Amino acid sequence: MTDVECHEYDVVVIGAGGAGLRAAIEARLQGKKTAIISKSLFGKAHTVMAEGGCAAAMGNVNSHDNWQVHYRDTMRGGKFLNNWRMAELHAKEAPDRVWELETYGALFDRTPDGRISQRNFGGHTYPRLAHVGDRTGLELIRTLQQKIVSLQQEDFRETGDYESRIRVFHECTITELLLEHPGTNTPQDTTRIAGAFGYFRDNGRFIRLDAPAIVLATGGIGKSYQVTSNSWEYTGDGHALALRAGATLINMEFLQFHPTGMVWPPSVKGILVTESVRGDGGVLRNSEGKRFMFDYIPDVFKEQYATSEDEGDRWYTDQENNRRPPELLPRDEVARAINAEVKAGRGSPHGGVFLDIASRRSPEEIQRKLPSMYHQFKELADVDITKEPMEVGPTCHYVMGGVEVDPDTGMSKLPGLFAAGECSGGMHGSNRLGGNSLSDLLVFGRRAGMGAAEYVDTLDTVGGLSSGAVSGASKNGVNKSGVNKSGPGKSGVGLRPVVSDADVQAAQARALLPFSSATDGGENPFVVHLELQKTMNDLVGIIRKADEIEQALKVLEDIAARTRNVTVEGHREFNPGWHLALDLRNMLLVSLCVARAALERQESRGGHTRADYPVMDSDWRHVLLVLSAQGEDNIDLVHLEQVPMRSELFDLFELDELKKYYTGEELGEHRTEVSGRGAGEKA
Amino acid sequence: MSHWQRFRVWRGDSNKGDLVDYPAEVNEGEVVLDIIHRLQQTQAQDLAVRWNCKAGKCGSCSAEINGKPRLMCMTRMSTYRADEVITVTPLRTFPVIRDLVTDVSFNYTKAREIPSFAPPPDVEPGDYRMQQIDVERSQEFRKCIECFLCQNTCHVVRDHEENKTNFAGPRYLMRIAELDMHPLDVADRQVEAQDEHGLGYCNITKCCTEVCPEHIKITDNALIPMKERVVSRKYDPLVWLGSKIFKRAGG
Repeated sequence: MTDVECHEYDVVVIGAGGAGLRAAIEARLQGKKTAIISKSLFGKAHTVMAEGGCAAAMGNVNSHDNWQVHYRDTMRGGKFLNNWRMAELHAKEAPDRVWELETYGALFDRTPDGRISQRNFGGHTYPRLAHVGDRTGLELIRTLQQKIVSLQQEDFRETGDYESRIRVFHECTITELLLEHPGTNTPQDTTRIAGAFGYFRDNGRFIRLDAPAIVLATGGIGKSYQVTSNSWEYTGDGHALALRAGATLINMEFLQFHPTGMVWPPSVKGILVTESVRGDGGVLRNSEGKRFMFDYIPDVFKEQYATSEDEGDRWYTDQENNRRPPELLPRDEVARAINAEVKAGRGSPHGGVFLDIASRRSPEEIQRKLPSMYHQFKELADVDITKEPMEVGPTCHYVMGGVEVDPDTGMSKLPGLFAAGECSGGMHGSNRLGGNSLSDLLVFGRRAGMGAAEYVDTLDTVGGLSSGAVSGASKNGVNKSGVNKSGPGKSGVGLRPVVSDADVQAAQARALLPFSSATDGGENPFVVHLELQKTMNDLVGIIRKADEIEQALKVLEDIAARTRNVTVEGHREFNPGWHLALDLRNMLLVSLCVARAALERQESRGGHTRADYPVMDSDWRHVLLVLSAQGEDNIDLVHLEQVPMRSELFDLFELDELKKYYTGEELGEHRTEVSGRGAGEKA
Repeated sequence: MSHWQRFRVWRGDSNKGDLVDYPAEVNEGEVVLDIIHRLQQTQAQDLAVRWNCKAGKCGSCSAEINGKPRLMCMTRMSTYRADEVITVTPLRTFPVIRDLVTDVSFNYTKAREIPSFAPPPDVEPGDYRMQQIDVERSQEFRKCIECFLCQNTCHVVRDHEENKTNFAGPRYLMRIAELDMHPLDVADRQVEAQDEHGLGYCNITKCCTEVCPEHIKITDNALIPMKERVVSRKYDPLVWLGSKIFKRAGG
């Protein structure tokens, strides 16, 4: 066995984007010795790409805004398939999470009276997005990064070591979660998280982290698609790690295709054009110059959107007396409309539609409000957006599906495994509103960090077990750190799970497989990856059909066999071919989940559109598709009933609106429940 | 529309390395990073390169292209003649790990040495009030994507390994300026900028500003104002006398 670098932590956070960093900050603030695993360099995570802002009902720009309005918007955006408890926590806690960032040093754009300014965005009733021009994600990641540095400085002053309580492992990829199974060295009767195994990208050295709690915050899965706004890191690592460890995924059929990605030049196809362009006055036109979105307002949104260009235009200055323009419909609606226009032959020269802000706002205003868009088009496409329209089209942007978690703590079905941010599922239902991602990762990043810390506390404080019951590697991990000062807990350290050396060896063998299959004449991972992307793009893309998805599943079966046999050249030092070969395994597993769930759900809702089942069906609203893995690439799918919404939340909606989403039976049940309230609520 | 062009890419590790010639297909609208990726896919699977967003927002793909420090994702092939040889080498100021990937830990070490934001002790979260015009100065510096091109190009450290311990580099001197200009930061940073972080080494040649892909005016808006603040603190005889007689509050 080659050398493996070993570490012990209380909490290991996999992922160094917004959710991961916020989770790590919380775990450290709760006194836990915390590791952050970053696939890239610290501060480069995909969160930097978030442009528009962070939704939080602070009411700074329109005082009518409050958490109830935000909650309603979020549920509507997700077509009522959301986990309502997550949507509730999110709407209630987002303002505190944003204000907290100011105490870490964030500098948001201001209102005239000096508070945090808020901007309009699709699906949000009031101006709600805290922002910094169009680089809000960068501000968020930098702020959280700098907060971690400040905690390290505190620790340095106390212990003389910056990394004594929180350490970032740069350019490190986790390939396997390590478990403790019942009956092995433990009186426990459940399988639990015991650690993680991975490698450093720079030198290929292996790393093993023993930890009772792991927070997955690995982001999305966009790299399974050809046209995507996602970076190379988005290979569904957290989704796949969770599956292989025995946790479950939900909502994997729901993928958000952002309506406005760049379509030209080819090398930047898919790169995001922020929704703020529309929030700040930009409109969509087809090749005939028509603002076509007025033709695509669905019935469920008829009352909330303007029906004439005049009314839509007046809304930007007078929101009390006008309805919003349909360019600001939720993203799924806009993406489908663009798709339909292009298919009808009314697209732009490079297969998109036109997004025009040049004719609507002054060059100065465009440059001030959308500096990075101006820059991006100028440098990458040679287009001056203050003078000409942009060409845009849908791009795979966000996965609503993810690890099934407890809303309050972020814990998955597997004890000790937590998830937050894009890799967790439920919060956004079938479609996420723009701006709800940055707030999601702050709210649930913190909650997962806290959940993980509390879970570790329960292990450490349950007394009565002699520490002699446990042998081997993970002994005294916490004591050494000197962080866990929960005095009475010390006697319970023995309850911490133990990593099995055999599992570590197996993980290592799997990681090295792409080198050893060289002799069998395996394939180039880059080639297999391109085929996977093309398959998902063409057959399980924005508009889906049963026969195409079935075909995709067949191709994926073939790709699965080839993925096991990919071969890499060279050595383990910073070898992109090897990295891709390992990431490919995750992308494949996640793609299988998307395809299986997409085939199963026979309706169209949010980020899942079936040409053969084009309407939304209330009988599907309360059903979640839960996926689990059997072995390397076998997926199990079961139906799960949604927990009914708590009554006082249900009462935030008009009955007429609910009728569009709920079955008569469900509404009837609710009425009985309301009349019988006091006799004890259904959870 | 595509053509073939000669690429020379530095391949090697911390021990040895050399420029390797590759013929590469170039299509309309492509950037240097596209070509590097094509080489990976077709000719050099193990060619090491860092990249993330491919849109100039993350600052990962820094390299030197025909000798100029640049982001590979923001360097369009159309800025070169079709018969020009394109030479891509790793950042010179940092130790090579492999091929185009360098060890940039110098920067993370420096980041940790700069004292963090010091929030006003008596203002609750949610009660922060700042005017747009006042936050804009620091906001300019917070546009920084940490590509480290300024750190790489700065001649104080580019060919002077010996200065690295005493000099934070333009990115982190700018970070001090950012905090010093933050309307609500309460720490005193000016003297320390000079004494601990090497502000005095900077002789305002503006090389950092020239290479900044975010077009931040590092020298004019961060470093020079910071130098002026230091001068008025350290070298103004009246301030000097005052500081000897009265202890500065919060100093």
